[in-house]
Parts: sequence; structure tokens; C-alpha cells
Amino acid sequence: MTMTQASQATTTEDEEPVISIKGMHKWYGEFHVLKDINLDVARSEKIVICGPSGSGKSTLIRCINRLEEHQRGQIIVDGVELTGDLKHIEHVRREVGMVFQHFNLFPHLTVLENLTLAPIWVRKELRKDAEEAAMLYLERVRIPEQADKYPGQLSGGQQQRVAIARSLCMNPRVMLFDEPTSALDPEMIKEVLDVMIELAGEGMTMIVVTHEMGFAKTVADRVIFMDEGEIIEENEPVEFFNNPQNDRTKLFLSQILAH
Amino acid sequence: MTDVVHKPDLAPPVTTVGVIGWVRKNLFATPFDTVLTLFGAYLVITFVLPALNWAIIDASWSGKDQSACTGEGACWVFIIERINFFVYGFIDEKFYWRVNLVFIMFAALIVPQFLAKFPKKAWLGWFLVTGYPVISYILLVGGSFGLADIDTGKWGGIMLTLVLSFVGIVAALPVGVLLALGRRSKMPVIRGICVCFIELWRGVPLISVLFMASVMLPLFLPEGVNFNKLLRAMIGIVMFQSAYMAEVVRGGLQAIPKGQYEAAEALGLNYWKSMVLIILPQALKMVIPGIVNTFIALFKDTTLVLIIGLLDVLAAVQAAIVDPAWKSVATEGYVFAAAVFWVFCFSMSRYSQALERKLYTGHKR
Repeated sequence: MTMTQASQATTTEDEEPVISIKGMHKWYGEFHVLKDINLDVARSEKIVICGPSGSGKSTLIRCINRLEEHQRGQIIVDGVELTGDLKHIEHVRREVGMVFQHFNLFPHLTVLENLTLAPIWVRKELRKDAEEAAMLYLERVRIPEQADKYPGQLSGGQQQRVAIARSLCMNPRVMLFDEPTSALDPEMIKEVLDVMIELAGEGMTMIVVTHEMGFAKTVADRVIFMDEGEIIEENEPVEFFNNPQNDRTKLFLSQILAH
Repeated sequence: MTDVVHKPDLAPPVTTVGVIGWVRKNLFATPFDTVLTLFGAYLVITFVLPALNWAIIDASWSGKDQSACTGEGACWVFIIERINFFVYGFIDEKFYWRVNLVFIMFAALIVPQFLAKFPKKAWLGWFLVTGYPVISYILLVGGSFGLADIDTGKWGGIMLTLVLSFVGIVAALPVGVLLALGRRSKMPVIRGICVCFIELWRGVPLISVLFMASVMLPLFLPEGVNFNKLLRAMIGIVMFQSAYMAEVVRGGLQAIPKGQYEAAEALGLNYWKSMVLIILPQALKMVIPGIVNTFIALFKDTTLVLIIGLLDVLAAVQAAIVDPAWKSVATEGYVFAAAVFWVFCFSMSRYSQALERKLYTGHKR
């Protein structure tokens, strides 16, 4: 199966892609970090991005909610093009949730306050409604009993699950995961991946930057390999892992799957 | 089958607990400790005891004038006799109740802030920095609500010190926060203005600021425009201290990890919401010691207004000790002034420590 077929398989049900990136370039000063990126993400599609460090994969997903600015090309999220226009940026950020490597929970607020802050201040929900919704999401990530604690009192795995719940509270149409398990102790990786697998099962559109190849195999509709700011190869997971086309992909896979 | 025999719990050796244990451990643990302890005892006996003797045991407390002070000790009669001057300055006695009311309201609003659990504490705190200054202004300046005018030139003593420091503290923090945010702004014009403002005010001594406010400013103002000396001094103090405050706050802002800004942005919070809800609460908490340090410095710096002819508590004492009706009461006067400053500064220090403990959420960076 070629890459176009792979993406077609999921796009047929829904004509309009949720995210559409066309000929996008980005520079950090003189350094060309992202080169001619083209990527369409269909509704409910799960995409895993992998590649060596410094290959631009984090930068790519950070461009999707404008934590980074791109200099050329187009990024259209949920029908809205990302430009310097603050209105557009705010719209996109409301629709796109993000989970960070280092959780980035707000340490001065309790878990519950972390979850309700954006719904109350950005979506203008009533405190009572926001708290009810937050408790539901805490149950989904299986830590409702931690609601009144501060992030500093939780383990890394619990913090990351809170971070996922915090994003879900905004009812995003897309979730971006930037190496969500890289900062975790090995025994905590599973609890976070379990939550993500469950989320995938519910039909959430997800783009995940990760080195967890097991996760990619079970969940991904498409795996994208990036190196030196380019998308080198993309394919559905079975083909991607069993039959990589590009030499750089082969080298990368042999390195990370060596153990 | 044999029962497991537990060893019985014994009491710890007498030498490690109780008074003897404490004395041993803390005062005479090593020969060096013993020397230090004895040296400390020597200091207490030669300096602290005579000072207490002078201040309390041998002191004269009652009387009307110099003749009451016959003993070896301090002549507190002087302080008691002139206390009204030290507290109210030159304000007419018939207006004392208005000043007292301001003092009492201040105490009523500030004391709950020191108590751990007090209903509606936050609201009282907000009232202290919003409604209270307005009411105080009406009471202290007069001219409205049927209250007679009090000339601000007659303000003095503790009252003047407190008014200047309160205005300085309440205004310098928000102005400082805005300056700090401005200095980190991505907009070059805003950043430039803030940098210039901070560096300009920080680069000149407060004394010269006060001199300029009182002597030079009127020269630049158009004929007939004349606003009072106290107000000019206040503005000078606020500008000066807010520049310092800005740098303290900036230190806190820089210590906040980039991830906090990004998480706030990713959730769709705009600049002001993410600053007010996410960044500033953490940054300010982190620099509480620096902020309170600046407050304490500000409180003591208010005494410099004496050079433009305003009599704060220290200047009032200085004016009173040269009164020929009293002989050699300088020590008593300065000790009194020092005690007044110490009480307020120490309270601020304790409050900041309590606040730090209260705001601790188990998060270490």
C-alpha cells in the first residue's frame, strides 16, 4: 500500500481534512528547520511522527497551534488558516489540545483548578459546569481522587494524565502530543499510553511525536518519519516497520529497534 | 511453635533528652561550642543587662517635664509628653480623631491578614488597597463631606511616615509589575520606554529625586499650576521604588520556565489572561523576599522627605530633642524612632515569611 492509499483509506468518510499543511517552510534565523512540509490529517486519524532528535518533528507539531511561526506555505486547521491574525490563532488554539513532554501543569493551582482554568476563562463556562466536566475527565484518566492536590504532589505519570485531562476539558478536535512519555520513568509510561490508546479508541484526531514504537504499531493509522526537517517517508504502520523504503528510515529503525 | 520475642522499648538515655540533653547538645557539644556559649553569656551580661536597666528599671515614666527625670535611666517622660507631636505632627488637636480613625481602620484591615483563617480575608485585603485609601484621603485631607481642610504641610510624625510608605507600597508594586512586563515585551517601543524609565530612576539617588520634585519641578510648571509638596514627594517615591520593584519582579518572571507560557498559550489564554492567571502568581510568589525587601527599604527611605521640609517620625524626633526645655533626651528620642521603624519593618518581614509558607504547594524547581 502506498502512502496516498493509506491516507485515502481514512479520508474517504470525511472529505475535509482537519489539518492541512501545504508547502510549509520554517527557519530559526538562518537555520532551515522545516523544509516543504505537506501533510493532510483526516478526522479521527492517528498519526505518529518519529525521527532522530533535531529532525524537526516537535517543531512541526508546534507550528500547528502556532507555538512556532512558519515563514512560508500554508497551515489550515479546522478551516482556518494560521497567519499573524490573533483571532485565527486563538480560534485554532481553542480547537487544538497539546500535551507536552514536561507536562507543564500550573504548579500554583490544584489539579482541579488546572483543568477548569481554560474552560472558565477562555470558553466562559460557569465554574460549576467546568468542575463537573473536569471531574468526568479525571475519572477517564483514572485519578479523580487527586483533584484537590497540587501537581507537585503527584508522580510524573499522574501529572501527564492530568495534563491530558486538562487538554480534553477544552473539547479539542485535535490533540497534539509532544513526546508525552519521554520524561517519565519506565513504570509510568504504560499508564499514560493506556490513556492515549483509550482516547484513540474514542475517535480523537491525534498527532503524536514519540519513540514508543509499540504505541505506533497498535494505534497509528499512519507513521511519518522525519529527518533533517523533511518528511522522508510515510506509510501505514505494518508496511512502515516491515518494509521501510528509504535508507535513512531503515537506519533509524534498526537503531531504535535494536534492543 | 515459639512466639517471637520482641525486645522491649527502652526510654532514651537521660543525657540526650530534656533540659540537660538540650543544653548539652546545643550549648556545650564541643570545646569550641563551650567557648562560644561563655562568650555569648559575657556579651549578655555586659551589654544587654545594662541596656535593659537603662530602658526599663532605672527609667522615669511619669511626670510633666525635665524635673521628673532624675534617675540614671531613660527619660521616657519626654516621649510621653511629646507623643502627640511624634504621631500627628503639627495637625490641630481637634482633627486627631480623623487620623485615629484612619489608624484604627488600618489595624482592623491588616490584622486579619496575619491570621491564618479569617472569613472574607481576601476581600478585606482588596478593600485595604482600594476603598481604604479613598476613605483615608477624605478623612486626612478633608474638604468634602463637611470635613474641614487639613493642610498637608502640617502632617508629620508616624502618620506621615505611614501615609508615605502605604502609598509607596500600594502604588509601587502594580507600577513595578507593569514595568517588568513592559521590559520583557516583544514590542520594541514599549520595551524601550520601560527600560529607559527603569534605568533613569534607578540611576539617581532618592534624595536628588526629592530635591528635584520639590525645587525644580515648580520651575517647569506653568505659572499658577502648583500642586502640593507632599504629593510631589509621593510621586517621586513611587516612581523611584517602582523602578526597583520592576527589576525584582523581572527576576521572578525570568525564573518561570518557558513551558508555563507555552501551556497557557496552547490552552488559548491571551497575553493578559496568561500573565494574570498563570505567570504573575508564580513569579510574584517566587520573589516575595525581594518584594518585601524593597517594601522595607521604601519604608525606611520615606524618612528622606525631611530634606524637603516634611517631618516624618525621625525628623519630628530630631526637632523635639533640640527643645531647650529638655536636656539630653537625644538617646531616648532616637531609640523611640528606631523602635517605631523596627516594629513596622519586622511585622512586614514576619508577614512575608507566613505568606511564603502559606503559598507553598510542594513544588520545587
